[in-house]
Amino acid sequence: MKNLRLTIDKITGNVFLIFTLLATVTVILIGAGLYYKSAPILHSNSLSSLLLSAEWKPFKSSFGFLSYIAGTLSITAIAIIIALPISLLTGIYLSEYAHAKVKRALLPPIDLLSGIPPVIYGVWGVLIIVPFVQEKIAVHFVEFSSGYSTLAGGIVLAIMIIPLIISILLEVFSTIPDGLREASLSVGATKWETIKFVVLKKSMPGIIAAVVLAISRAFGETIAVLMVCGNIPEIPHSIFDSCYPLPALIANNYGEMLSVPMYESALMLAAFILFIIIFLFNAISRIILYRLERSSN
Amino acid sequence: MKRKLEEQFFKFLMILCTLSISGILLMIIWTITSKGAGSLTWDIVSKIPEGGFYIGKGGGILNAIIGSIYITIGATILGLLVSIPVVLYINVYAKKNSWLATTTRLTSDILFGIPSIVYGAFGFTIMIYFGLKTSLLAGTITVTLLVIPILVRTMDEVFRVVPEDIGNAVYSLGGTRWETAKIMIRQCVPGIITAILLSFGRAIGDAACVLFTAGYTDSIPTSLDQPTATLPLAIFFQLSSPIEEVQNRAYAAALILTIIVLIISFTAKYFSKKLSKNKI
Repeated sequence: MKNLRLTIDKITGNVFLIFTLLATVTVILIGAGLYYKSAPILHSNSLSSLLLSAEWKPFKSSFGFLSYIAGTLSITAIAIIIALPISLLTGIYLSEYAHAKVKRALLPPIDLLSGIPPVIYGVWGVLIIVPFVQEKIAVHFVEFSSGYSTLAGGIVLAIMIIPLIISILLEVFSTIPDGLREASLSVGATKWETIKFVVLKKSMPGIIAAVVLAISRAFGETIAVLMVCGNIPEIPHSIFDSCYPLPALIANNYGEMLSVPMYESALMLAAFILFIIIFLFNAISRIILYRLERSSN
Repeated sequence: MKRKLEEQFFKFLMILCTLSISGILLMIIWTITSKGAGSLTWDIVSKIPEGGFYIGKGGGILNAIIGSIYITIGATILGLLVSIPVVLYINVYAKKNSWLATTTRLTSDILFGIPSIVYGAFGFTIMIYFGLKTSLLAGTITVTLLVIPILVRTMDEVFRVVPEDIGNAVYSLGGTRWETAKIMIRQCVPGIITAILLSFGRAIGDAACVLFTAGYTDSIPTSLDQPTATLPLAIFFQLSSPIEEVQNRAYAAALILTIIVLIISFTAKYFSKKLSKNKI
Protein backbone atom coordinates (compact mmCIF):
# COMPACT_ATOMS: atom_id res chain seq x y z
CA MET A 1 0.00 0.00 0.00
CA LYS A 2 2.77 2.34 0.92
CA ASN A 3 4.29 1.96 -2.52
CA LEU A 4 1.01 2.75 -4.25
CA ARG A 5 0.66 5.98 -2.29
CA LEU A 6 4.17 7.05 -3.14
CA THR A 7 3.63 6.16 -6.79
CA ILE A 8 0.47 8.25 -6.95
CA ASP A 9 2.35 11.12 -5.36
CA LYS A 10 5.15 10.82 -7.90
CA ILE A 11 2.85 10.52 -10.89
CA THR A 12 0.69 13.49 -9.89
CA GLY A 13 3.85 15.49 -9.21
CA ASN A 14 5.20 14.86 -12.70
CA VAL A 15 1.88 15.36 -14.48
CA PHE A 16 1.26 18.62 -12.61
CA LEU A 17 4.77 19.78 -13.45
CA ILE A 18 4.08 19.19 -17.14
CA PHE A 19 0.84 21.21 -16.93
CA THR A 20 2.67 24.02 -15.16
CA LEU A 21 5.37 24.11 -17.80
CA LEU A 22 2.73 24.04 -20.55
CA ALA A 23 0.83 26.95 -18.99
CA THR A 24 4.05 28.94 -18.80
CA VAL A 25 5.11 28.13 -22.34
CA THR A 26 1.74 29.31 -23.74
CA VAL A 27 2.94 32.89 -23.72
CA ILE A 28 5.92 31.94 -25.90
CA LEU A 29 3.68 29.85 -28.16
CA ILE A 30 1.32 32.77 -28.74
CA GLY A 31 4.22 35.07 -29.62
CA ALA A 32 5.82 32.47 -31.91
CA GLY A 33 2.52 31.62 -33.61
CA LEU A 34 1.73 35.24 -34.38
CA TYR A 35 5.27 35.93 -35.55
CA TYR A 36 5.20 32.88 -37.83
CA LYS A 37 1.99 34.18 -39.41
CA SER A 38 3.24 37.73 -39.81
CA ALA A 39 6.67 36.72 -41.16
CA PRO A 40 5.64 36.92 -44.88
CA ILE A 41 4.76 40.61 -44.66
CA LEU A 42 7.82 41.41 -42.59
CA HIS A 43 9.95 39.92 -45.36
CA SER A 44 8.24 41.66 -48.26
CA ASN A 45 7.80 45.12 -46.69
CA SER A 46 10.32 47.00 -44.62
CA LEU A 47 9.46 47.60 -41.00
CA SER A 48 9.68 51.36 -41.39
CA SER A 49 7.25 51.38 -44.32
CA LEU A 50 4.85 49.27 -42.27
CA LEU A 51 4.97 51.40 -39.17
CA LEU A 52 5.53 54.88 -40.56
CA SER A 53 3.33 54.97 -43.64
CA ALA A 54 -0.36 55.76 -43.49
CA GLU A 55 -1.16 54.23 -46.85
CA TRP A 56 -3.44 51.23 -46.40
CA LYS A 57 -4.25 49.70 -49.77
CA PRO A 58 -4.35 45.93 -49.38
CA PHE A 59 -5.04 45.37 -53.08
CA LYS A 60 -1.83 47.20 -54.04
CA SER A 61 -0.08 45.42 -51.19
CA SER A 62 0.78 48.61 -49.36
CA PHE A 63 0.17 48.12 -45.70
CA GLY A 64 0.96 51.23 -43.66
CA PHE A 65 -0.19 50.93 -40.07
CA LEU A 66 0.43 54.55 -39.10
CA SER A 67 -3.18 55.72 -39.02
CA TYR A 68 -4.20 52.70 -36.95
CA ILE A 69 -1.31 53.20 -34.56
CA ALA A 70 -2.21 56.90 -34.30
CA GLY A 71 -5.82 55.91 -33.60
CA THR A 72 -4.82 53.51 -30.83
CA LEU A 73 -2.41 56.00 -29.26
CA SER A 74 -4.90 58.88 -29.28
CA ILE A 75 -7.80 57.02 -27.69
CA THR A 76 -5.43 55.52 -25.13
CA ALA A 77 -4.07 58.96 -24.28
CA ILE A 78 -7.58 60.39 -23.84
CA ALA A 79 -8.62 57.42 -21.72
CA ILE A 80 -5.61 57.74 -19.40
CA ILE A 81 -6.00 61.51 -19.06
CA ILE A 82 -9.61 61.04 -17.96
CA ALA A 83 -9.18 57.88 -15.91
CA LEU A 84 -6.00 58.59 -13.96
CA PRO A 85 -7.13 61.61 -11.89
CA ILE A 86 -10.49 60.01 -11.12
CA SER A 87 -8.91 56.71 -10.11
CA LEU A 88 -6.20 58.41 -8.04
CA LEU A 89 -8.70 60.52 -6.12
CA THR A 90 -11.02 57.55 -5.58
CA GLY A 91 -8.13 55.29 -4.62
CA ILE A 92 -6.79 57.79 -2.09
CA TYR A 93 -10.24 58.35 -0.66
CA LEU A 94 -10.98 54.66 -0.26
CA SER A 95 -7.59 53.78 1.19
CA GLU A 96 -6.86 56.83 3.39
CA TYR A 97 -10.11 58.57 4.31
CA ALA A 98 -13.07 56.22 4.02
CA HIS A 99 -14.24 54.31 7.07
CA ALA A 100 -14.34 50.54 6.80
CA LYS A 101 -18.12 50.65 6.46
CA VAL A 102 -18.04 53.22 3.65
CA LYS A 103 -15.34 51.21 1.94
CA ARG A 104 -17.39 48.04 2.13
CA ALA A 105 -20.28 49.87 0.52
CA LEU A 106 -18.26 51.51 -2.26
CA LEU A 107 -15.98 48.69 -3.37
CA PRO A 108 -18.68 46.39 -4.83
CA PRO A 109 -19.80 48.89 -7.51
CA ILE A 110 -16.19 49.14 -8.68
CA ASP A 111 -15.95 45.36 -8.87
CA LEU A 112 -19.23 45.13 -10.74
CA LEU A 113 -18.05 47.77 -13.19
CA SER A 114 -15.00 45.66 -14.00
CA GLY A 115 -17.20 42.64 -14.61
CA ILE A 116 -19.44 44.24 -17.22
CA PRO A 117 -18.66 42.82 -20.68
CA PRO A 118 -17.03 45.13 -23.26
CA VAL A 119 -19.95 44.77 -25.66
CA ILE A 120 -22.29 46.23 -23.01
CA TYR A 121 -19.97 49.21 -22.63
CA GLY A 122 -20.17 49.49 -26.40
CA VAL A 123 -23.98 49.53 -26.43
CA TRP A 124 -24.01 52.09 -23.62
CA GLY A 125 -21.41 54.18 -25.45
CA VAL A 126 -23.53 54.20 -28.60
CA LEU A 127 -26.66 55.15 -26.63
CA ILE A 128 -25.22 57.75 -24.25
CA ILE A 129 -21.65 58.84 -24.97
CA VAL A 130 -21.86 59.21 -28.76
CA PRO A 131 -24.94 61.49 -28.68
CA PHE A 132 -23.45 63.35 -25.72
CA VAL A 133 -20.22 64.05 -27.62
CA GLN A 134 -22.14 65.03 -30.74
CA GLU A 135 -24.78 67.27 -29.15
CA LYS A 136 -23.16 68.63 -26.02
CA ILE A 137 -19.42 68.85 -26.64
CA ALA A 138 -18.58 68.84 -30.34
CA VAL A 139 -21.03 71.61 -31.28
CA HIS A 140 -18.98 74.10 -29.31
CA PHE A 141 -15.76 73.30 -31.14
CA VAL A 142 -16.33 71.99 -34.66
CA GLU A 143 -18.94 72.43 -37.36
CA PHE A 144 -19.94 68.83 -37.51
CA SER A 145 -19.12 65.62 -35.74
CA SER A 146 -21.10 62.40 -35.94
CA GLY A 147 -20.21 61.72 -32.33
CA TYR A 148 -18.51 58.48 -33.33
CA SER A 149 -15.14 59.90 -32.48
CA THR A 150 -11.78 59.52 -30.82
CA LEU A 151 -13.20 61.33 -27.80
CA ALA A 152 -16.16 58.94 -27.48
CA GLY A 153 -13.76 55.99 -27.70
CA GLY A 154 -11.52 57.58 -25.08
CA ILE A 155 -14.39 58.21 -22.65
CA VAL A 156 -15.78 54.67 -22.91
CA LEU A 157 -12.28 53.25 -22.56
CA ALA A 158 -11.60 55.47 -19.53
CA ILE A 159 -14.61 54.05 -17.72
CA MET A 160 -13.47 50.53 -18.56
CA ILE A 161 -9.96 51.00 -17.14
CA ILE A 162 -10.92 52.94 -13.99
CA PRO A 163 -11.76 49.78 -11.96
CA LEU A 164 -8.44 48.22 -12.99
CA ILE A 165 -6.39 51.26 -11.92
CA ILE A 166 -8.27 51.63 -8.63
CA SER A 167 -7.84 47.99 -7.65
CA ILE A 168 -4.08 48.14 -8.27
CA LEU A 169 -3.75 51.51 -6.49
CA LEU A 170 -5.52 50.14 -3.42
CA GLU A 171 -3.05 47.26 -3.32
CA VAL A 172 -0.13 49.64 -3.75
CA PHE A 173 -1.32 52.02 -1.00
CA SER A 174 -1.77 49.09 1.37
CA THR A 175 1.93 48.25 1.01
CA ILE A 176 2.93 51.63 2.50
CA PRO A 177 3.75 51.01 6.19
CA ASP A 178 1.52 52.85 8.66
CA GLY A 179 4.64 53.90 10.54
CA LEU A 180 5.54 56.28 7.72
CA ARG A 181 2.13 57.93 7.84
CA GLU A 182 2.30 58.25 11.61
CA ALA A 183 5.79 59.74 11.46
CA SER A 184 4.57 62.42 9.07
CA LEU A 185 1.44 63.17 11.12
CA SER A 186 3.46 63.36 14.33
CA VAL A 187 5.61 66.20 13.01
CA GLY A 188 2.51 68.27 12.35
CA ALA A 189 1.62 67.51 8.74
CA THR A 190 -2.06 67.36 7.92
CA LYS A 191 -3.54 64.17 6.55
CA TRP A 192 -3.56 65.60 3.04
CA GLU A 193 0.09 66.68 3.33
CA THR A 194 0.96 63.20 4.52
CA ILE A 195 -0.76 61.74 1.49
CA LYS A 196 0.90 64.20 -0.89
CA PHE A 197 4.44 64.02 0.46
CA VAL A 198 4.62 60.51 1.92
CA VAL A 199 2.02 58.13 0.56
CA LEU A 200 1.99 59.27 -3.05
CA LYS A 201 5.75 59.74 -3.18
CA LYS A 202 6.38 56.32 -1.70
CA SER A 203 3.88 54.66 -4.05
CA MET A 204 5.17 56.33 -7.23
CA PRO A 205 6.57 53.10 -8.73
CA GLY A 206 3.27 51.36 -8.02
CA ILE A 207 1.26 54.22 -9.55
CA ILE A 208 3.44 54.06 -12.65
CA ALA A 209 2.93 50.30 -12.82
CA ALA A 210 -0.84 50.80 -12.56
CA VAL A 211 -0.78 53.34 -15.40
CA VAL A 212 1.34 51.08 -17.59
CA LEU A 213 -1.07 48.19 -17.00
CA ALA A 214 -4.00 50.46 -17.80
CA ILE A 215 -2.31 51.58 -21.02
CA SER A 216 -1.82 48.01 -22.11
CA ARG A 217 -5.44 47.19 -21.30
CA ALA A 218 -6.51 50.21 -23.35
CA PHE A 219 -4.33 49.19 -26.31
CA GLY A 220 -6.05 45.86 -26.63
CA GLU A 221 -9.67 46.75 -25.97
CA THR A 222 -11.60 45.85 -29.08
CA ILE A 223 -15.35 45.61 -29.27
CA ALA A 224 -16.39 48.54 -27.07
CA VAL A 225 -14.02 50.94 -28.80
CA LEU A 226 -14.85 49.62 -32.25
CA MET A 227 -18.52 50.41 -31.67
CA VAL A 228 -18.03 54.08 -30.80
CA CYS A 229 -14.91 55.39 -32.53
CA GLY A 230 -16.17 55.55 -36.10
CA ASN A 231 -13.55 53.39 -37.84
CA ILE A 232 -12.26 55.69 -40.57
CA PRO A 233 -8.66 54.78 -41.41
CA GLU A 234 -7.15 58.25 -41.20
CA ILE A 235 -4.90 59.89 -38.69
CA PRO A 236 -7.31 61.80 -36.41
CA HIS A 237 -6.58 65.55 -36.41
CA SER A 238 -8.92 66.47 -33.60
CA ILE A 239 -10.58 64.52 -30.83
CA PHE A 240 -13.87 64.87 -32.70
CA ASP A 241 -12.54 63.02 -35.75
CA SER A 242 -13.20 59.34 -36.15
CA CYS A 243 -10.30 57.01 -35.67
CA TYR A 244 -9.49 53.38 -36.35
CA PRO A 245 -7.50 51.59 -33.64
CA LEU A 246 -5.42 48.47 -34.32
CA PRO A 247 -7.69 45.93 -32.55
CA ALA A 248 -10.69 47.26 -34.50
CA LEU A 249 -8.74 46.72 -37.72
CA ILE A 250 -8.21 43.07 -36.82
CA ALA A 251 -11.79 42.52 -35.70
CA ASN A 252 -13.43 44.20 -38.68
CA ASN A 253 -11.54 42.35 -41.37
CA TYR A 254 -11.38 38.77 -40.18
CA GLY A 255 -13.87 37.63 -42.83
CA GLU A 256 -12.10 38.84 -45.94
CA MET A 257 -8.71 37.99 -44.50
CA LEU A 258 -7.96 34.99 -46.66
CA SER A 259 -8.94 36.31 -50.07
CA VAL A 260 -6.30 39.02 -50.52
CA PRO A 261 -2.64 37.95 -50.56
CA MET A 262 -0.68 39.27 -47.58
CA TYR A 263 -3.82 40.65 -45.97
CA GLU A 264 -3.97 37.88 -43.41
CA SER A 265 -0.30 38.32 -42.69
CA ALA A 266 -0.79 42.07 -42.23
CA LEU A 267 -3.61 41.53 -39.74
CA MET A 268 -1.55 38.96 -37.86
CA LEU A 269 1.26 41.50 -37.74
CA ALA A 270 -1.17 43.93 -36.13
CA ALA A 271 -1.95 41.26 -33.52
CA PHE A 272 1.77 40.55 -33.10
CA ILE A 273 2.53 44.26 -32.52
CA LEU A 274 -0.22 44.43 -29.89
CA PHE A 275 1.09 41.24 -28.28
CA ILE A 276 4.70 42.42 -28.05
CA ILE A 277 3.85 45.88 -26.65
CA ILE A 278 1.35 44.52 -24.14
CA PHE A 279 3.68 41.67 -23.14
CA LEU A 280 6.51 44.11 -22.37
CA PHE A 281 4.27 46.61 -20.56
CA ASN A 282 2.70 43.88 -18.46
CA ALA A 283 6.00 42.24 -17.62
CA ILE A 284 7.57 45.53 -16.52
CA SER A 285 4.68 46.65 -14.37
CA ARG A 286 4.13 43.24 -12.80
CA ILE A 287 7.81 43.04 -11.83
CA ILE A 288 7.56 46.50 -10.23
CA LEU A 289 4.45 45.39 -8.31
CA TYR A 290 6.09 42.11 -7.19
CA ARG A 291 9.06 44.08 -5.83
CA LEU A 292 6.75 46.44 -3.95
CA GLU A 293 4.84 43.55 -2.45
CA ARG A 294 8.01 41.76 -1.39
CA SER A 295 9.59 44.87 0.14
CA SER A 296 6.49 45.45 2.23
CA ASN A 297 6.49 41.92 3.65
CA MET B 1 -5.80 77.85 7.07
CA LYS B 2 -4.75 77.45 3.47
CA ARG B 3 -3.64 73.89 3.96
CA LYS B 4 -6.93 72.97 5.62
CA LEU B 5 -8.77 74.52 2.70
CA GLU B 6 -6.69 72.57 0.22
CA GLU B 7 -7.46 69.36 2.06
CA GLN B 8 -11.18 70.15 2.13
CA PHE B 9 -11.12 70.88 -1.59
CA PHE B 10 -9.42 67.62 -2.49
CA LYS B 11 -11.57 65.64 -0.11
CA PHE B 12 -14.61 67.05 -1.85
CA LEU B 13 -13.18 66.05 -5.23
CA MET B 14 -12.42 62.57 -3.92
CA ILE B 15 -15.93 61.98 -2.67
CA LEU B 16 -17.29 63.34 -5.93
CA CYS B 17 -15.15 60.92 -7.98
CA THR B 18 -15.97 57.95 -5.77
CA LEU B 19 -19.69 58.61 -5.96
CA SER B 20 -19.61 59.26 -9.69
CA ILE B 21 -18.13 55.79 -10.27
CA SER B 22 -21.13 54.22 -8.56
CA GLY B 23 -23.26 56.68 -10.51
CA ILE B 24 -21.81 55.51 -13.81
CA LEU B 25 -22.52 51.88 -12.90
CA LEU B 26 -26.14 52.72 -12.12
CA MET B 27 -26.39 54.75 -15.31
CA ILE B 28 -25.11 51.87 -17.44
CA ILE B 29 -27.52 49.43 -15.82
CA TRP B 30 -30.37 51.92 -16.12
CA THR B 31 -29.66 52.67 -19.80
CA ILE B 32 -29.48 49.00 -20.74
CA THR B 33 -32.58 48.12 -18.71
CA SER B 34 -34.76 50.94 -19.97
CA LYS B 35 -33.75 50.33 -23.59
CA GLY B 36 -33.91 46.56 -23.42
CA ALA B 37 -36.94 45.92 -21.23
CA GLY B 38 -39.41 47.04 -23.89
CA SER B 39 -38.24 44.45 -26.40
CA LEU B 40 -37.55 41.65 -23.96
CA THR B 41 -40.25 39.14 -24.75
CA TRP B 42 -40.58 35.44 -24.08
CA ASP B 43 -40.03 34.81 -27.80
CA ILE B 44 -36.57 36.35 -27.69
CA VAL B 45 -35.27 33.97 -25.07
CA SER B 46 -37.14 30.88 -26.24
CA LYS B 47 -36.93 30.85 -30.05
CA ILE B 48 -34.19 30.65 -32.60
CA PRO B 49 -34.20 33.15 -35.50
CA GLU B 50 -36.97 32.54 -38.01
CA GLY B 51 -36.99 33.48 -41.68
CA GLY B 52 -36.55 37.23 -42.13
CA PHE B 53 -35.21 37.63 -38.60
CA TYR B 54 -32.62 40.14 -39.70
CA ILE B 55 -35.17 42.38 -41.39
CA GLY B 56 -37.25 42.54 -38.25
CA LYS B 57 -39.44 39.45 -38.45
CA GLY B 58 -40.08 36.85 -35.76
CA GLY B 59 -37.79 34.68 -33.74
CA GLY B 60 -35.38 35.04 -30.87
CA ILE B 61 -31.79 34.62 -29.87
CA LEU B 62 -31.97 31.25 -28.14
CA ASN B 63 -29.22 30.07 -30.50
CA ALA B 64 -26.87 32.73 -29.14
CA ILE B 65 -27.79 32.10 -25.50
CA ILE B 66 -27.26 28.34 -25.82
CA GLY B 67 -24.08 28.86 -27.86
CA SER B 68 -22.61 31.17 -25.23
CA ILE B 69 -23.50 28.74 -22.44
CA TYR B 70 -21.91 25.81 -24.31
CA ILE B 71 -18.68 27.72 -24.93
CA THR B 72 -18.53 29.15 -21.43
CA ILE B 73 -19.12 25.84 -19.66
CA GLY B 74 -16.81 23.95 -22.00
CA ALA B 75 -14.02 26.50 -21.63
CA THR B 76 -14.35 26.68 -17.86
CA ILE B 77 -14.20 22.89 -17.47
CA LEU B 78 -11.20 22.59 -19.80
CA GLY B 79 -9.61 25.56 -18.04
CA LEU B 80 -10.08 23.94 -14.63
CA LEU B 81 -8.52 20.70 -15.86
CA VAL B 82 -5.36 22.65 -16.68
CA SER B 83 -5.32 25.27 -13.95
CA ILE B 84 -6.03 23.15 -10.86
CA PRO B 85 -2.90 21.02 -11.49
CA VAL B 86 -0.90 24.21 -12.09
CA VAL B 87 -2.10 25.84 -8.88
CA LEU B 88 -1.52 22.66 -6.88
CA TYR B 89 1.96 22.28 -8.31
CA ILE B 90 3.13 25.78 -7.47
CA ASN B 91 1.53 25.75 -4.02
CA VAL B 92 1.99 22.17 -2.78
CA TYR B 93 4.58 20.34 -4.85
CA ALA B 94 7.11 23.06 -5.69
CA LYS B 95 9.20 24.64 -2.97
CA LYS B 96 7.85 27.90 -1.61
CA ASN B 97 8.90 30.83 -3.78
CA SER B 98 10.80 28.56 -6.15
CA TRP B 99 11.89 29.92 -9.50
CA LEU B 100 9.23 27.96 -11.37
CA ALA B 101 6.44 29.12 -9.06
CA THR B 102 7.44 32.77 -9.44
CA THR B 103 7.75 32.45 -13.21
CA THR B 104 4.37 30.77 -13.46
CA ARG B 105 2.73 33.52 -11.41
CA LEU B 106 4.39 36.22 -13.50
CA THR B 107 3.41 34.49 -16.74
CA SER B 108 -0.20 34.09 -15.75
CA ASP B 109 -0.29 37.74 -14.72
CA ILE B 110 1.07 38.67 -18.14
CA LEU B 111 -1.32 36.31 -19.95
CA PHE B 112 -4.17 37.85 -17.97
CA GLY B 113 -3.25 41.20 -19.52
CA ILE B 114 -3.12 39.93 -23.11
CA PRO B 115 -6.26 41.23 -24.86
CA SER B 116 -8.86 38.82 -26.13
CA ILE B 117 -8.41 39.97 -29.72
CA VAL B 118 -4.85 38.59 -29.59
CA TYR B 119 -6.17 35.29 -28.23
CA GLY B 120 -8.71 35.37 -31.03
CA ALA B 121 -6.02 35.87 -33.66
CA PHE B 122 -3.88 33.14 -32.08
CA GLY B 123 -6.86 30.79 -31.87
CA PHE B 124 -7.50 31.45 -35.53
CA THR B 125 -3.89 30.55 -36.32
CA ILE B 126 -4.17 27.25 -34.44
CA MET B 127 -7.48 26.58 -36.12
CA ILE B 128 -6.00 27.01 -39.60
CA TYR B 129 -2.93 24.98 -38.60
CA PHE B 130 -5.04 21.98 -37.61
CA GLY B 131 -7.40 22.45 -40.54
CA LEU B 132 -10.42 23.23 -38.36
CA LYS B 133 -13.27 25.46 -39.47
CA THR B 134 -15.00 28.07 -37.32
CA SER B 135 -16.75 25.84 -34.84
CA LEU B 136 -17.89 25.29 -31.30
CA LEU B 137 -14.65 23.37 -30.69
CA ALA B 138 -12.35 26.14 -32.00
CA GLY B 139 -14.29 28.76 -30.03
CA THR B 140 -14.16 26.72 -26.85
CA ILE B 141 -10.40 26.12 -27.13
CA THR B 142 -9.71 29.82 -27.69
CA VAL B 143 -11.86 30.87 -24.76
CA THR B 144 -10.12 28.19 -22.65
CA LEU B 145 -6.80 29.91 -23.36
CA LEU B 146 -8.39 33.17 -22.24
CA VAL B 147 -9.74 31.84 -18.93
CA ILE B 148 -6.75 29.74 -17.80
CA PRO B 149 -4.79 32.79 -16.53
CA ILE B 150 -7.90 34.06 -14.72
CA LEU B 151 -8.43 30.70 -13.04
CA VAL B 152 -4.76 30.30 -12.11
CA ARG B 153 -4.45 33.81 -10.69
CA THR B 154 -7.67 33.73 -8.68
CA MET B 155 -7.17 30.24 -7.25
CA ASP B 156 -3.50 30.87 -6.53
CA GLU B 157 -4.41 33.84 -4.36
CA VAL B 158 -6.63 31.58 -2.27
CA PHE B 159 -4.22 28.62 -2.07
CA ARG B 160 -1.37 30.92 -1.09
CA VAL B 161 -3.03 32.08 2.11
CA VAL B 162 -3.80 28.57 3.38
CA PRO B 163 -1.66 28.30 6.52
CA GLU B 164 1.48 26.25 6.06
CA ASP B 165 0.61 24.35 9.24
CA ILE B 166 -2.06 22.40 7.39
CA GLY B 167 0.56 20.96 5.07
CA ASN B 168 2.96 20.37 7.95
CA ALA B 169 0.25 18.54 9.90
CA VAL B 170 -0.36 16.20 6.97
CA TYR B 171 3.35 15.56 6.44
CA SER B 172 3.93 14.88 10.14
CA LEU B 173 1.31 12.13 9.97
CA GLY B 174 3.21 10.59 7.10
CA GLY B 175 0.98 11.96 4.34
CA THR B 176 2.20 12.57 0.82
CA ARG B 177 2.05 15.79 -1.21
CA TRP B 178 -0.94 14.44 -3.14
CA GLU B 179 -2.80 13.86 0.11
CA THR B 180 -1.93 17.39 1.20
CA ALA B 181 -3.20 18.65 -2.15
CA LYS B 182 -6.56 16.93 -1.62
CA ILE B 183 -6.95 18.58 1.77
CA MET B 184 -5.94 21.96 0.33
CA ILE B 185 -8.60 21.64 -2.36
CA ARG B 186 -11.25 20.96 0.28
CA GLN B 187 -10.04 23.98 2.23
CA CYS B 188 -10.25 26.21 -0.83
CA VAL B 189 -13.63 25.20 -2.28
CA PRO B 190 -15.23 28.66 -1.91
CA GLY B 191 -12.18 30.19 -3.60
CA ILE B 192 -12.36 27.71 -6.45
CA ILE B 193 -16.05 28.52 -6.92
CA THR B 194 -15.25 32.25 -6.99
CA ALA B 195 -12.58 31.59 -9.63
CA ILE B 196 -15.02 29.53 -11.71
CA LEU B 197 -17.63 32.30 -11.55
CA LEU B 198 -15.09 34.97 -12.51
CA SER B 199 -13.98 32.93 -15.48
CA PHE B 200 -17.62 32.32 -16.36
CA GLY B 201 -18.34 36.04 -16.34
CA ARG B 202 -15.35 36.85 -18.49
CA ALA B 203 -15.97 34.02 -20.94
CA ILE B 204 -19.65 34.72 -21.51
CA GLY B 205 -19.08 38.41 -22.17
CA ASP B 206 -16.13 38.15 -24.47
CA ALA B 207 -16.70 38.90 -28.12
CA ALA B 208 -13.28 39.42 -29.67
CA CYS B 209 -12.16 35.87 -28.88
CA VAL B 210 -15.06 34.07 -30.53
CA LEU B 211 -15.36 36.47 -33.46
CA PHE B 212 -12.73 34.60 -35.48
CA THR B 213 -13.16 31.16 -34.08
CA ALA B 214 -16.76 30.29 -33.25
CA GLY B 215 -18.41 31.80 -36.31
CA TYR B 216 -22.11 32.66 -36.29
CA THR B 217 -25.18 30.67 -37.18
CA ASP B 218 -28.93 30.77 -36.72
CA SER B 219 -29.24 27.24 -35.40
CA ILE B 220 -28.23 25.62 -32.15
CA PRO B 221 -25.06 23.54 -32.69
CA THR B 222 -25.53 19.80 -32.28
CA SER B 223 -21.89 18.78 -32.57
CA LEU B 224 -18.46 20.20 -31.82
CA ASP B 225 -17.55 20.91 -35.44
CA GLN B 226 -20.52 23.17 -36.15
CA PRO B 227 -20.26 26.93 -35.91
CA THR B 228 -22.17 28.57 -33.10
CA ALA B 229 -23.66 31.95 -32.27
CA THR B 230 -22.74 33.77 -29.08
CA LEU B 231 -24.55 36.46 -27.10
CA PRO B 232 -21.99 39.28 -27.39
CA LEU B 233 -21.80 38.78 -31.15
CA ALA B 234 -25.59 38.65 -31.38
CA ILE B 235 -25.67 42.07 -29.72
CA PHE B 236 -22.86 43.40 -31.88
CA PHE B 237 -24.27 42.21 -35.22
CA GLN B 238 -27.87 43.23 -34.52
CA LEU B 239 -26.90 46.67 -33.30
CA SER B 240 -25.16 47.42 -36.59
CA SER B 241 -28.40 46.75 -38.47
CA PRO B 242 -30.25 49.83 -39.77
CA ILE B 243 -33.67 48.30 -38.98
CA GLU B 244 -35.20 49.43 -35.73
CA GLU B 245 -36.78 46.12 -34.69
CA VAL B 246 -33.44 44.38 -35.08
CA GLN B 247 -31.68 47.08 -33.08
CA ASN B 248 -34.28 46.77 -30.33
CA ARG B 249 -33.53 43.08 -30.15
CA ALA B 250 -29.86 43.96 -29.69
CA TYR B 251 -30.85 46.02 -26.63
CA ALA B 252 -32.91 43.12 -25.31
CA ALA B 253 -29.94 40.79 -25.84
CA ALA B 254 -27.71 43.31 -24.05
CA LEU B 255 -30.12 43.29 -21.12
CA ILE B 256 -30.07 39.48 -21.00
CA LEU B 257 -26.25 39.45 -21.00
CA THR B 258 -26.11 42.15 -18.31
CA ILE B 259 -28.53 40.21 -16.09
CA ILE B 260 -26.49 37.01 -16.49
CA VAL B 261 -23.23 38.81 -15.70
CA LEU B 262 -24.70 40.61 -12.68
CA ILE B 263 -26.07 37.35 -11.26
CA ILE B 264 -22.64 35.75 -11.72
CA SER B 265 -20.92 38.72 -10.03
CA PHE B 266 -23.25 38.68 -7.04
CA THR B 267 -22.88 34.92 -6.59
CA ALA B 268 -19.09 35.31 -6.75
CA LYS B 269 -19.30 38.04 -4.09
CA TYR B 270 -21.32 35.70 -1.89
CA PHE B 271 -18.76 32.93 -2.12
CA SER B 272 -15.77 35.17 -1.54
CA LYS B 273 -17.50 36.52 1.56
CA LYS B 274 -17.97 32.94 2.71
CA LEU B 275 -14.29 32.39 2.10
CA SER B 276 -13.24 35.23 4.36
CA LYS B 277 -15.39 33.70 7.08
CA ASN B 278 -13.60 30.36 6.65
CA LYS B 279 -10.20 31.95 7.15
CA ILE B 280 -8.30 30.51 10.05
